[in-house]
Amino acid sequence: MSASTTTSDIIRRSAAAQAAALEAGEVSSEELTRAHFGRIAAVDGDLNAFLHLNQDEALTTARDVDARRAAGEELPALAGVPIAVKDVVVTEGQPTTAGSKILQGWIPPYDATLVTALRKAGLPILGKTNMDEFAMGSSTESSAYGPTRNPWDRDRIPGGSGGGSAAAVGSYEAPLAIGTDTGGSIRQPGAVTGTVGVKPTYGSVSRYGLIAMASSLDQAGPVTRTVEDSALLHELIAGHDPHDSTSLPDPVGDFTAAARSKDVKGLRIGVIEELESEGFAPEVRARFTESLDQLERAGAEIVRVACPNFTYALGAYYLIMPSEASSNLAKFDGMRFGLRVIPEDHPTAENVMKATRGAGFGDEVKRRILLGTYALSAGYYDAYYGSAQKVRTLVQRDFTAAFSTVDVLASPTSPTVAFRLGEKVDDPMAMYMNDIATIPANLAGTPGISVPSGLAEDGLPAGIQFLAPARADERLYRVGGALEALLEDSWGGPLLAKAPELTNGAQR
Amino acid sequence: MPSIGRDDVARLADLARIQLTEEETARFAGEFDSIMDAVASVSEVATEDVPATSHPIAMTNVLREDVVETTLTQEQALAGAPEAQDGRFAVPQILGEE
Repeated sequence: MSASTTTSDIIRRSAAAQAAALEAGEVSSEELTRAHFGRIAAVDGDLNAFLHLNQDEALTTARDVDARRAAGEELPALAGVPIAVKDVVVTEGQPTTAGSKILQGWIPPYDATLVTALRKAGLPILGKTNMDEFAMGSSTESSAYGPTRNPWDRDRIPGGSGGGSAAAVGSYEAPLAIGTDTGGSIRQPGAVTGTVGVKPTYGSVSRYGLIAMASSLDQAGPVTRTVEDSALLHELIAGHDPHDSTSLPDPVGDFTAAARSKDVKGLRIGVIEELESEGFAPEVRARFTESLDQLERAGAEIVRVACPNFTYALGAYYLIMPSEASSNLAKFDGMRFGLRVIPEDHPTAENVMKATRGAGFGDEVKRRILLGTYALSAGYYDAYYGSAQKVRTLVQRDFTAAFSTVDVLASPTSPTVAFRLGEKVDDPMAMYMNDIATIPANLAGTPGISVPSGLAEDGLPAGIQFLAPARADERLYRVGGALEALLEDSWGGPLLAKAPELTNGAQR
Repeated sequence: MPSIGRDDVARLADLARIQLTEEETARFAGEFDSIMDAVASVSEVATEDVPATSHPIAMTNVLREDVVETTLTQEQALAGAPEAQDGRFAVPQILGEE
């Protein structure tokens, strides 16, 4: 490393640039990994982005990569670049809690397929990131281990459920992270922390080893600081997995080339009428409009598109998601793993289950399990769950019709900038409204990306979302990479460079 | 739409095997009405001619070759259990319940 460049400079670079520094011998993976742990020690006391650190194993991986590089071995693109993993993804030998008390201290006996891919490619896993309990929430306030705070303003939420992953990437604690997106949990945290978040096409990244919330909606994907970094990580974790019966057999696209193309000439971008006006904060809409103007000047064509059934998507989601969650979370019963609470009176299996689930689950998880139980119960099934599944068909039809005339769709990612901690915690419907723009893609299985669009109210970041047809994820990288370059030219650098400097307690 | 009262929430909690406090039961009953009001709009467009979609990307008959693969060992499977005995999960009394 040259005297003028320190590891604290290098950790502020993109993951691609960190990989290039490793390749050039500017820094070793061990130095880089230690520098990230140093950054975590310096700032995470207040942020609470990490639930568990994995220092010994990460440094072992780093040293192994350094040795292989020194021996002249050709390594994968991101080898030696550290990564953080959302705590809903199981990691062999390392705690996994899904942000819940019911799994406190659980050590999985196997790796999720995507974790296997990260290990094979030589990425040191820094640790597990905080999240809303069982990925239920839009603010990371429902974590049993305390909320994560937004690096831009520590009195605000970092989005959810993947607030820990987004805060870690946004605060330079990790250059890369894994998130999961059931109703927007990668994209919305990306928008409110000034980072990039991608929900891949449903089934294109294996769900094997993800603790399921709603199986027909959940999808793992990248959380990064640049579009190119998301492309690199997406290529690494995507691909067919025989352990997941919903895994697509399709070959993985060249997302990195698409991200680097920076070419939107002739691209038709549809602005979703239903997701542009009511309920979206004026400054969030202003940044959205400016982003579209930039793309239009670069040669894209902007048209307005109607998706009338998106109006019903939120309602359908909040019936389908709790229904599937009520089934998926039945396994947390105190019998085979996790917490077991034994009541004093009549400690039969059924009473142990009730006591364990009563003590182990937080409010939001109980609320959704009960809602799901209600929506699936005799007499209400057709009116609620059955109707919601029909809305899903209508939303898919809206997408099909829209994509017959445009290449991608666009909307603001989240209706507002990051709200204050505690502001919506007692109003479930207000909290659920945060996902209004992101949910349609989960219902239809289509991919989406959130890219920083600038600073809005109170100097906080906003995001723009692009959606593409299923299996056409390359389009997201093409338009996302182009917009990122255009905006960074106008801002004079990455949006994150405008974030306040962090130290433990200094900003409070 | 029927209102969801405390008794309904208590029954749902029983079905879902979740022990709730009195305070939780009362609070959820108040919240559920407003949530279900907000989501009930789905029935406006869910007409009989619209087929239901249960899965975003339809796939059928996803099968693998019927060959033995490596599985967790007995020790690994029991490693996270609250209680184990003689290589098995030890569970509370399950017989003789009402």
